[in-house]
Amino acid sequence: MERVNIIGAGLAGLSSAITLAKSGKPCALISSQASERAQSVMAEGGINAALDVMGEHDTTAEHFSDTMKGGVFLADPNAVAGLTDGAPGIVRWLHEIGVPFQFENGQMIQRNFGGQKKKRTAYAKSSTGKAIMTALIDEARKYEAAGLIERFSHHTAVDISVCSGHCTGVVVHDVFTGKTEIFPGNVILANGGLNGFFPGQTTGTTQNTGDLAAALFARGMEFADLEFIQYHPTTVQIHGKRMLISEAARGEGGRLFTERSGSRWYFMEELYPELGNLMPRDVISREMFKVIHDPECGGQVYLDMTGLPQETWKHKLSDMRAEIIDYLGIDPVEKPVAVSPGIHFFMGGIYVNEKHETSIPGAYAAGECACQYHGANRLGGNSMLGAMYGGRTAAQNALTAPESSETAKVIQADCIKDQARPSAAKELCDILLSGLGIIRSGKDITAAIMELEKTLTSSVSKPERDRILLGKAMLMSALERRESRGAHTRSDFPQRDDEEFRRTTVACIKNGSISIEMRSIPKRRTEDAVHA
Amino acid sequence: MQFTLEIHRCTREDKRRYVQTFLYSSDNSSETIATALTNLNSTPLTDISGNTAAPIVWQCSCLQKKCGACAMVINGRPGLACARKLSECGNVVRIEPLHKFPVVEDLMVDRSVMQENLKMMKLWFDKSAGLTEKNTEISYEASRCLQCGCCLEVCPNFAPGGTFTGMAAAVPMTRLLSGLSGEERKSASKMYDKHVFEGCGKSLACRNICPARIDTDKMLVNSNAIAIWKKFFSR
Repeated sequence: MERVNIIGAGLAGLSSAITLAKSGKPCALISSQASERAQSVMAEGGINAALDVMGEHDTTAEHFSDTMKGGVFLADPNAVAGLTDGAPGIVRWLHEIGVPFQFENGQMIQRNFGGQKKKRTAYAKSSTGKAIMTALIDEARKYEAAGLIERFSHHTAVDISVCSGHCTGVVVHDVFTGKTEIFPGNVILANGGLNGFFPGQTTGTTQNTGDLAAALFARGMEFADLEFIQYHPTTVQIHGKRMLISEAARGEGGRLFTERSGSRWYFMEELYPELGNLMPRDVISREMFKVIHDPECGGQVYLDMTGLPQETWKHKLSDMRAEIIDYLGIDPVEKPVAVSPGIHFFMGGIYVNEKHETSIPGAYAAGECACQYHGANRLGGNSMLGAMYGGRTAAQNALTAPESSETAKVIQADCIKDQARPSAAKELCDILLSGLGIIRSGKDITAAIMELEKTLTSSVSKPERDRILLGKAMLMSALERRESRGAHTRSDFPQRDDEEFRRTTVACIKNGSISIEMRSIPKRRTEDAVHA
Repeated sequence: MQFTLEIHRCTREDKRRYVQTFLYSSDNSSETIATALTNLNSTPLTDISGNTAAPIVWQCSCLQKKCGACAMVINGRPGLACARKLSECGNVVRIEPLHKFPVVEDLMVDRSVMQENLKMMKLWFDKSAGLTEKNTEISYEASRCLQCGCCLEVCPNFAPGGTFTGMAAAVPMTRLLSGLSGEERKSASKMYDKHVFEGCGKSLACRNICPARIDTDKMLVNSNAIAIWKKFFSR
């Protein structure tokens, strides 16, 4: 039996691997470093599921509608319905396999998170991702011992191989030996977001280089909604990166303020009395951008956690406090922390349908690398859920997929040693940031595209060229969307335009040039059909 | 401020070891070793004698102490490059790869023996993890292990290939033992006895080394109580 190749050993990859193994299907789990180094271990605040354990009469239907509304109705409603219906089962299973979710009086408890009125986020202090990953790594180990999951933990996937339009395998480079070979079989891509397009400017890891995504785009795979980049409201610049201060800080009572006329202005609470500091991330980042640039304000926003009860610090946020003290030298119990929005998540990515099939048969994608569930803005607590559920769905569909009759061709391994130079990566990052800020305009985006075209000279390497092409597609997607929605705010088109733009932006290379298409979003089937 | 970084390097092919020294300037005292390595590699490298040098090979990922990728030995003490501030290292900083693992190249080592040990010790739950209000806290604490290898570096009893698997296996084992019952607990206890308890010389060298600040004493006390002294305690 041919094994399935899973690229990436974070949450989505592990979820896929365990799903396949449970069905007796062997897989290769390919990652440049061990699972403990995956970005998923950095996820902090929690995972959403309508468990209804907090006495608030929560339902999966409300989780569905909050997710759709948070994503400003750009997500596939059938996929989201599957996600939110599947969430309670996933979280209970995670607890069963050993995720130490916060427990009080004999049951799991949940916390508030942005964009949701009910306490729906299960958590393990503010290291939920690490706790989930540890349990999943142990669970996967059981199947490794049984020979169903084979790990390749110092291996970078550099490209897929495609014969007659079908994905036939993956090109794998062994980081330790320097050798390159092709692993034949279907492929599940779980290689994370495009952090590497913004080196030093995101909260994610250095390992998500974006190089594989760029290679896939260059070979014709469809990408979607690339203009939607989540700026998380509460990040801090530390050396070499942005550090996240989890939404859990606000979920537990943290407040945002700025100085105005010599006193504190809790602007979110005044502007949005209902959800206040727990509005969706896109809304808060936009408001922060405005107050930071308001000459009447002090030019800085602070996160005030000084009012949090001692018990909360001790039992729910002890790890966060230690991290802030370590890296900022400030004790958040005593002093507010200066924060600003920073790049945190990519809603867009590889275009997939509800089954997590990409535009190339035989290749699936799940987790942050794929465009699914989050629409124009992701809700906090939905990323780990999306990775778990998406990884599982991709694997279930890969299980029943026909294997290609073509064998993977041996390729020239020469090109593989090339990597984008740090200087080229920095140049691309600067250009992208100039066009893809929290608030953007057609003029800025067009200027960025022109700048980017200038860098496409004959001296750039293949990986650099691929990255420039995908970067250009991000800018072109943003230019094409002449409206404001979710994480995409255009100063020249401040209104939302459902008529023209409640559609998915699909970017792909056709006949050597980038084409952008506005594709219809599937209609929601009846509830019965979704549950079936 | 100028720093002298002595990097203990190793070639990939013939495993030739050599020390190469670089000058690094930084105005910011809170900059970390990880930042220094990133910045050195971002431009064409020249060593202290003016020779062109290949980029320094090292591993990193999260850059904020959550993943354990950048473990190395800095001025003789194992730690994470993203946690160790230049200002705490003095003007001359000696940077070496972890010594207990085979070096792949420069500061990059092959730590796969840690994964193999956990597999050999059958570190997984066959059935339920048995989480209750009582063991949630200890399970959380144990689940924070980064598998970075710093505790093994300082351990006088750990050697790759040996029976004793060190604190990097004992901490995950605490999680397992705290949740198991019946026959499953018995067989996990045997595993713990053989691969942890018998080999640990109680030097406590690993105390205060863990970059995740896991209380290793507490883990051992808990696991010993469950696996070794069980007859004296009722759970």
